[in-house]
Amino acid sequence: MDRFTGSDLLCIRGERMVFTGLDFEVAAGGALILVGPNGSGKSSLLRLMARLLKPAAGAMAWNGEDVSDDPDAHNARLHYVGHMDAVKPVLSVAENVRFWAGLRPNGAADPQAATARALETFGISHLADIPGRFLSAGQRRRVNLARIIASPAPLWLLDEPTTALDKEAIASLEGAITRHQRGGGMVVLATHAAIEAHAPSVLDLGDFEMAEAV
Amino acid sequence: MERFIRLVGRDLRLAQRHGFDSLLVVVFFVIAVVLFPFGVGPEPNILARIAAGIIWVAALLASMLSLERLLQADFDDGSLELLVLSPVTLEIIVLAKVIAHWLTTGLPLIVAAPLLAVLLNMNAEGFGVLVLALFLGTPTLSLIGAVGAGLILGSRRGGVLLSLLVLPLYIPVLIFGVGAVDAAIGGFAFKAQIMILGGLFLGTLALCPWATAAAIRQALE
Amino acid sequence: MHRFANPKRFMDLSRALLPWTAGISVVLIAAGLYLALFVSPTDYQQGQSVRMMYVHVPSAWMSLFCYTFMAVAAAVALIWKHPLADLAAKSAAPIGTCFTFLALVTGSLWGKPMWGAWWVWDARLTSVLILFFLYLGYMALINAFDDPTRGFRAASILVLVGFINVPIIKFSVEWWHTLHQPASVIKMGGPAIHPSMLAPLLLMAVGYTTYFLWVLMVRMRTEILAGKIRAARLRQVRAPVKG
Repeated sequence: MDRFTGSDLLCIRGERMVFTGLDFEVAAGGALILVGPNGSGKSSLLRLMARLLKPAAGAMAWNGEDVSDDPDAHNARLHYVGHMDAVKPVLSVAENVRFWAGLRPNGAADPQAATARALETFGISHLADIPGRFLSAGQRRRVNLARIIASPAPLWLLDEPTTALDKEAIASLEGAITRHQRGGGMVVLATHAAIEAHAPSVLDLGDFEMAEAV
Repeated sequence: MERFIRLVGRDLRLAQRHGFDSLLVVVFFVIAVVLFPFGVGPEPNILARIAAGIIWVAALLASMLSLERLLQADFDDGSLELLVLSPVTLEIIVLAKVIAHWLTTGLPLIVAAPLLAVLLNMNAEGFGVLVLALFLGTPTLSLIGAVGAGLILGSRRGGVLLSLLVLPLYIPVLIFGVGAVDAAIGGFAFKAQIMILGGLFLGTLALCPWATAAAIRQALE
Repeated sequence: MHRFANPKRFMDLSRALLPWTAGISVVLIAAGLYLALFVSPTDYQQGQSVRMMYVHVPSAWMSLFCYTFMAVAAAVALIWKHPLADLAAKSAAPIGTCFTFLALVTGSLWGKPMWGAWWVWDARLTSVLILFFLYLGYMALINAFDDPTRGFRAASILVLVGFINVPIIKFSVEWWHTLHQPASVIKMGGPAIHPSMLAPLLLMAVGYTTYFLWVLMVRMRTEILAGKIRAARLRQVRAPVKG
């Protein structure tokens, strides 16, 4: 069973210490929900998990193996949804999704069908041929979320995924997350909105702030 | 390899969907060269003497102008983040983007260069060497420029800063590029200059994707 | 944390060293200038203007020395993430720029009586001019970001790329120069330098180096103190979140 762990993580952004001494653990089928006030480092922790940021101290491991040993392998097993949707205005919705799915080695046998399925999950099949520039913010977010469904990866790192989504889309996302967990996937989620996941554990970033500097 | 082609293909398709905005670079190139006869006068001898230099300097500037978009658009909409997180090694991604950039800007410059050489009354012996030198030189410019494009990501003043970073590093290419053409026109051997241009290309090919990848990684932190 | 541990030691050490470097550089440069201006012989060809050499040549040396120093500091900063190395590279840049500028100006002043023109595209002068642009690019880049640490890392990469390029640029400029001007008008120094000329030259060079160290430490201390002020501001911003 897959396990993703981090121990004694220290994060410095700019010249500011965001959190220190942070441990986490996610197992296959698990969900970890990050909570905490603005500026407590939820996004930083997700970027740390994706290795977009390097921890100033501490280490993260996948099944006991340090993730920095093989960065490409770590990239292959994660999907990251950040604040920006990475939807190209001149590419159609289907082209956008298919490009990202095609970059991954464990892509589906039939990328065409996988893309169609992913679009359907978020109710945007009818937009498949529409160029990205015509989409609303919520529709762009749905495209971005469809991207992570179009190619399988065990670890989902979602930073405020519900931004700009309506109720119906949030329900689709919750469904997708639960299915992902059932299939042995894991989810790490930073959110202010209430979002349903199966058997979530909660990590409060507020607990790991630096003790007031002297 | 298949994914590499996919990356190049994506950038080419993006360029094509943008209506080949990048071809504006060629228009700039032509206009910049055409300005010189107005500046130095129309005497054919003078123009022929400085033709190689004019064409190379204009090519340098044109290639630099197009660099800002090389990474900035992907940086702005979050695509660069996802590219870094894709399982393809970032150095390879950089190389793919540079190739796409060269195909859409460098190659058109090479096509336009002989026409401009005719306008400037350049000696016919230099034509072949000019094209050959540009073939070796313009990819070098794209590679060096990619480093600059990576370094300015997220900075307050992109374009002007980029020119300050990149142009001094272009000087060797300029020197040997013009040197090769002038030698050919003068009837001397130009093999050495072409070899050095090739060496510069191979050197930047080894170093620049790596430096650009480092620049991108730090830009996303 | 490690960010503050090392600067503390550096602050103590530099405070002790400051007066020494300041004193030594003043004495050496004064002695060097005296020897250069009053004791050393005039050149049979160049006359008095040869004395320009004692300012020009060490400046040109320093311009390369500073850039090398920055490249080493940048490498240390990138590899070991040593916070002082970033500050050292950043603080050295303006000093190096000034030396480079000094080398250009004195070169030009020296060139007027020698070549009859304020500027000649001499291979050495041209290389120094390009080096000057590299310095300007570095300083523009390091100051172009709102987050100072971003500027540090980007500029470190730039200075390393530039450092690899310096010999290539030097080589190409020399090649270019021999192509266009086969006969060099002037050879600096000449093959055998007389001891009465060498002494002030070396004094000036060592004096410049200690001057560099002195100003470098002053600048680094300023940067560290400025960093402390920024940290204090950040704590203020964070205070309400703590509740």
